[in-house]
Amino acid sequence: MRYLPNSDQDRQVMRDAIGIKSDDELFVRVPKKVFDTAKPDLPDHQPEFAVEAHIRQLARKNRAGGDGPFFVGAGAYRHHVPASVDHLIQRSEFLTAYTPYQPEISQGTLQMLFEFQTQVANLTGMEVANASLYDGSTAAMEAVLMARRLKKRDGVVVSGGLHPQYRDTIATYLGKDPAFKCMDADPQAQEDIIAQIDDSTACVVVQSPDFYGNLRDLRPIAEAAHEKGALLIAVFTEVVSLGAIESPGAQGADIVVGEGQSIGNPLTFGGPYVGLMATHPNLVRQMPGRVCGETVDAEGNRGFVLTLSTREQHIRRDKATSNICTNSGLCALAFSIHMSLLGEKGIEHLALLNHQQAVKTADALSKIDGVEVLNSYFFNEFTVKLPKAAAPIVEALAEKNILAGVPVSRLEPGKKELENLLVIAATELTSDADIDALTNALKEVI
Amino acid sequence: MLNNQGRPTGVDNVTSSSAVNGAALLPSEPLIFEIGTKEKSGVDLPALDQNVGSKLGKFARKSDIDLPALTEPQAMRHYVRISRLNYSIDAGFYPLGSCTMKHNPRLNEKMARLPGIADIHPLQPQSTVQGAIELMEELAHWLMELTGTKAVSMTPKAGAHGEMCGMMAIKAAHEANGQSHRNIVLVPESAHGTNPATAAFLGYKVKPIKAREDGTVDVQAVKDALDENVAGIMLTNPNTCGLFEPDVIEIADAVHEAGAYFYCDGANFNAIMGVIRPGDLGIDAMHINLHKTFSTPHGGGGPGAGPVVLSDALAPFAPLPYAKRDGDKLTLVENKGEGSDHLGRLSAFHGQMGMYVRALTYMLSHGVDGLGRAARDAVLNANYLKAKLSDLYNAPYGDQPCMHEVLFDDSTLKGTGVSTLDLAKAMIDEGYHPMTMYFPLVVHGAMLIEPTESESLHTLDQFIGTMRELMEDAKAGNVERFTNAPMKAPMRRLDETRAARSPILKWEAPTQQKAAE
Repeated sequence: MRYLPNSDQDRQVMRDAIGIKSDDELFVRVPKKVFDTAKPDLPDHQPEFAVEAHIRQLARKNRAGGDGPFFVGAGAYRHHVPASVDHLIQRSEFLTAYTPYQPEISQGTLQMLFEFQTQVANLTGMEVANASLYDGSTAAMEAVLMARRLKKRDGVVVSGGLHPQYRDTIATYLGKDPAFKCMDADPQAQEDIIAQIDDSTACVVVQSPDFYGNLRDLRPIAEAAHEKGALLIAVFTEVVSLGAIESPGAQGADIVVGEGQSIGNPLTFGGPYVGLMATHPNLVRQMPGRVCGETVDAEGNRGFVLTLSTREQHIRRDKATSNICTNSGLCALAFSIHMSLLGEKGIEHLALLNHQQAVKTADALSKIDGVEVLNSYFFNEFTVKLPKAAAPIVEALAEKNILAGVPVSRLEPGKKELENLLVIAATELTSDADIDALTNALKEVI
Repeated sequence: MLNNQGRPTGVDNVTSSSAVNGAALLPSEPLIFEIGTKEKSGVDLPALDQNVGSKLGKFARKSDIDLPALTEPQAMRHYVRISRLNYSIDAGFYPLGSCTMKHNPRLNEKMARLPGIADIHPLQPQSTVQGAIELMEELAHWLMELTGTKAVSMTPKAGAHGEMCGMMAIKAAHEANGQSHRNIVLVPESAHGTNPATAAFLGYKVKPIKAREDGTVDVQAVKDALDENVAGIMLTNPNTCGLFEPDVIEIADAVHEAGAYFYCDGANFNAIMGVIRPGDLGIDAMHINLHKTFSTPHGGGGPGAGPVVLSDALAPFAPLPYAKRDGDKLTLVENKGEGSDHLGRLSAFHGQMGMYVRALTYMLSHGVDGLGRAARDAVLNANYLKAKLSDLYNAPYGDQPCMHEVLFDDSTLKGTGVSTLDLAKAMIDEGYHPMTMYFPLVVHGAMLIEPTESESLHTLDQFIGTMRELMEDAKAGNVERFTNAPMKAPMRRLDETRAARSPILKWEAPTQQKAAE
């Protein structure tokens, strides 16, 4: 038992000091009938190499992104993470520290969070960001609740371009609330969401680039929302896009939320990821999650602390803005380090490279008979309409070791009009050879 | 937990200015915005192909973002330097009660980075990720066996998210049974702040339950509070005073008899894993903090994972997705079927795979024998601290054994001019991370110490020596040592009041700052 430092003699020393003969005496207040009675159906301890072999055998059954052409996106994206990022986040001081509640011995985490907040605010075109949330979908849900608190209104209008699992996450929390209005799935950005905004609307939720890859003009929606006293919540699932397109803040968004996984964090089957949230300073006191702020120490030196905690559950209990305690600290660190390496030039170049590979992919696929690219404008992801159902085609391509994208029907089952749609993403890791492989294989299977 | 109460500090109360020990190795480090440049980048990328057209149209960005870059050597130095300003479990004893700061084995990290784990997409065909779903199934089996339950929802992303999941399942069950009028949740006063916050979040009225003199929940108080409007109780067991609730079975029976459900906060599962199965105590739902009990690292505040085990009564209401096995074929059910009772999604995708693999690696390493031993060691360590400190520190519930954490109050500091906060800050100067302070709220000036099973007798003895010396010094009147502490940390006490009063939450260039003034 390599993780337990005490020997049997050590334990005996402790028992003697406590005045007990057996450890069982420490569990004296546990009802007899439930104490140490069950024999779980589980193995005993194993050497490190045996555990490693077992996990490797499970991992081998999965087809890794790097094992062949890969075009899967729809909310999580396969990007390169610099080796230095993964090295730095594994430093003991970052990896094995708790939440920075003792600021005098947590300045590493706190300074990093302050830098992270600034990066997120600048990237989204907002003035303030929090220290991260669980992921993009829960950030979107928290933004909706934040808007309702701020506006003291119930109305929520959700665009048909929002990631369906983000929409479903919001729906789970709002329940069967009649004030919650979801627009129909909108693969070509044609909905008239402005017509849905009225005096009871607390917020409008719009994603750009949307689930289908479309770039959406947030400006007129922001104006219409503000005219009715409502807030615009702008959502993104691909944070790299902000290197190439105008920020949601510049387009009038009031709360910006999104998924930060693309920068610094591997895919890992969907988590852990890092939710980003940014807003205007006058809305901060209703913002959920931890926030880091600048201050000085007793000698007047600049330092950082967690602040505005009167919003939080450990102080406010049942009157808190959210029940959130844990955030996504280490993923935020990975994001921040990667973003520091990229900088302004790097994020812009990376974004344009992503866009370029996606344009190449779309151009190649649109030349196939019966395949139609639906988007007028997109970033690194777009939707094609196939001549038949997309899901079996994706399976057939997977048989050929090509992961072609996400059939919309996987997230929107039972909707006939969406059955033939396939969402395809490209990143800087998509090679021209991958594009050829996808194009040729798709020709064969349709 | 909550360490931000106590005496506010300020620039004005400077009483001494001493050189910080170790300053040569701990230089203060500017922000990336003060050392980075916009012209360079620490990432090399291939040149763009000018022959490829743009599909960005009018959406193309025109304004600057304002992000500096560090080249790789600059980044290494920046982050290594700031990392050294952090205390960590790898570097020292971290007895933060309720947080279970145990050793984080590095095999866990290695396994999480296998390409077959780190480089798989949540929405690639399920036929290509059978190993991932199998891993989730295996971890689920461990959790159900250890808790004596028959269902578990893997998706919650942290303890508080797990609470949300469990309480939503309770709410859904009541609705399905025509009991949606039930609008009250009972929460003992000693509960974590997340409990009342979660209940309130779901629209429940929170009714506090008083503790008995001995720090445990009064069965009679629960029985008196139960009526046809109570939806459930949220009870932490072992509780936040570090005590096993002796009447937990009677409480569970009473709750069930009243038609309500029993949510158990599993934050303190480390004391009983492999020894007691919460399912045998009558719980209906309980989250398990994989980042506490099963050693996935805390990472400076997350990410976590909070799977929730469910009783048979609540299992039909588990959220999406959930795994199904058909012979050799595993399926994650991602969408709600017709007429299904399942809660919808609590988040996109399938939960925290990166945490699952770490937790399973840890469980396999320990084995069920090792987990039971670890729980006993955690309890033994806490009781050893109690035995060796109780003459100088008052353990308000000291006439009974504690579980894996020991609770002291500040009564022996009375009249010294030293508060719990001061004592905690003085511990920093002695090389320790402070214990959890001022929580639970039911005890004055609480000090909650959780040593975990990771600490050796030698470390505990050193810690005991320090804690005894500190209390003796406080009683001897050396107040400044405490009120000025920490003196040897990278920073002196920080002015939290100032931070909250005029928040600076983002770096501004000096010229912008001036313009704003």
